[in-house]
Amino acid sequence: MAGGIKKFVVGAFDDEKVLFPAVKNVRKAGYKIHDVYTPFPIHGLDHAMGIRETSLHTAGFIYAITGTTTALTFMSWVFTKDWPLNIGGKPHFALPAWIPITFELTVLFSAVGMVLTFCYLCQLSPFVKKHHFHPRATDDLFIMAIECTDKTDDGEVQRFLQNSGAKEINVQHAETGWWLGRYDREQKLYRDEKGY
Amino acid sequence: MSLLKYESQQREPLVDGNKDYHQVTEDIIGPIEMKPSRLWYIGFYISVALLLFGVYSVYREVTYGIGQWNLNKTIGWGWDITNFVWWVGIGHAGTLISAILLLFRQGWRTGVNRAAEAMTIFAVMCAGQFPIWHMGRVWMAFFVLPYPNSRGPLWVNFNSPLLWDVFAISTYFTVSLLFWYSGLLPDLATVRDRAKTKLRKLLYGIAAFGWTGSTKHWQRHESLSLVLAGLSTPLVLSVHTIVSFDFATSIVPGWHTTIFPPYFVAGAIFSGFAMVQTLLIVVRKVMNLQDYITLGHIEAMNKVIVLTGSIVGCAYLTELFIAWYGQNPYEWWAFSENRANLWSPYGWSYYLMMFCNVVSPQLFWSRKLRRNIAVTFFMSIIVNIGMWYERFVIIVTSVYRDFLPSSWSTYYSPSIYEIGFYLGTFGLFFTCFFLFAKYFPVIAVAEIKSILKTSGENYKVKMTDIEKADTEKFYHEEVEHAH
Repeated sequence: MAGGIKKFVVGAFDDEKVLFPAVKNVRKAGYKIHDVYTPFPIHGLDHAMGIRETSLHTAGFIYAITGTTTALTFMSWVFTKDWPLNIGGKPHFALPAWIPITFELTVLFSAVGMVLTFCYLCQLSPFVKKHHFHPRATDDLFIMAIECTDKTDDGEVQRFLQNSGAKEINVQHAETGWWLGRYDREQKLYRDEKGY
Repeated sequence: MSLLKYESQQREPLVDGNKDYHQVTEDIIGPIEMKPSRLWYIGFYISVALLLFGVYSVYREVTYGIGQWNLNKTIGWGWDITNFVWWVGIGHAGTLISAILLLFRQGWRTGVNRAAEAMTIFAVMCAGQFPIWHMGRVWMAFFVLPYPNSRGPLWVNFNSPLLWDVFAISTYFTVSLLFWYSGLLPDLATVRDRAKTKLRKLLYGIAAFGWTGSTKHWQRHESLSLVLAGLSTPLVLSVHTIVSFDFATSIVPGWHTTIFPPYFVAGAIFSGFAMVQTLLIVVRKVMNLQDYITLGHIEAMNKVIVLTGSIVGCAYLTELFIAWYGQNPYEWWAFSENRANLWSPYGWSYYLMMFCNVVSPQLFWSRKLRRNIAVTFFMSIIVNIGMWYERFVIIVTSVYRDFLPSSWSTYYSPSIYEIGFYLGTFGLFFTCFFLFAKYFPVIAVAEIKSILKTSGENYKVKMTDIEKADTEKFYHEEVEHAH
């Protein structure tokens, strides 16, 4: 994951009703939205940005069945092979009695696995240093960061954001570390999505 | 979509006082940045004192053995397991609010879920103390874990409800903690970005895990919350079901009834909501959060209380009826003599339970009383006392006069260290809660912001119409009339 300094044009919006058309226009004009940072989840913004659905829940399901199989195989092995205990002459393979623990482990594996996967995918961890484009991104502003290449005229992008209703616009240089994410993979181009 | 989400004009907004996003941040994060009030210090020190007394009681119990408690020949589970079940039950409301109400798309949960989830975690921490210290030789506690050992390996008994409990409670604690903390991340980032001092920036920076608010992260966060809610919902039902199996799978008259799982779960939610009320009525007042935890929230929770209280009441009567209908003389004795006979040694506790859990919540059929803060606060205490007595009744009255009259115990009353241990868990609970209220956002800021503009839209429209109409009417009635 290559490092290096990248240039971003950053626009701050204070109304989600302005933000949505702005996202659409920026993408239509062919600029690459690095990301939009919001203080709370805005439904539909991911679709507007062309970000694909997350498959985190699939990971959760895989962890869950791992938990189920771990619990069942372990208990079966212990009570039928390793050390069969005679408990009141009841069957060694006591499946109904194992349902509670099997269920608990299913939930435990799924929850722990999903949270770890979530933290890994979003690169969340204590002591991680990230570039924050705007301190009020976690308060009341919606921050759109547009990535600039060598060919991009940042003055033009700034004017474009101005016309789209951004309240505050500036240019920032940020080191693109491993934590920045790779949205170029995630994000489809507007014309690909609409088929033109 | 908009049709599906249509909100009645009767629904008041979930947040009062026409706030903007920044105001929400100020209101909820502001108190964290200020020095705690005198009241906070007083409460905190009382909690710590209780905690220390609890530590001393546990120290006595560990050094001198379970004999420090007044358990006797037939009552092997006295206050200790009563308190365990009581605390676990209290925890359940937090999960109900954060998980089940999320799945049901109940917007009002946003105001109370954070504090309720914190309550869950602290309550489960308290609950866990009881079975652990009840082991007596607590340094052997790790024997409950299925690890390869030098004793055979002799594994734990996976068929035992007591072991199911170990798995259930530890899973419940872990999942609740993960759910709570993943929800906290965005709000901790808000605190971090507002921090003025270096130390705050550093500490909240570590705690916030580098959250940026990226759209992709939010998308994953939403997916995570939804799946965790989906997992927690059956989990919370399973936990108290398994706790009830501790009793229901035994053959003790008064315990081995099939009604226990649903009855315990309803009771747990009932007592948990009462505890949420107790805590939040104080919190909203002390921290000035009346706009976020509104009368509407309190009313909604009181509705849950009257519903679950009535389910519990229904279960009590069913249990009594089946004890008679089942024609098992021992079962019927446990109910008719040990419990329902007011003049038996513990008859009073049965009627106290009936009154607190079944009769008194019926007050909440009245809208006026549901929206009365003093009544709600008083009732929340009554319900918690009642639910403690429910567990006491189940545990003690089922075993104190067993099959052999010569071993019937005389009156069981707890020793000072048994009581001290219980008070100690109150200390632990409130110490944690005071620290939480001081250092963490007690309301889910991001979630409040996400419902801020949409909730009660139609109500606001209706009110402006009424206000306008009123002015005209007033003009016609008063001004025209005067001429």
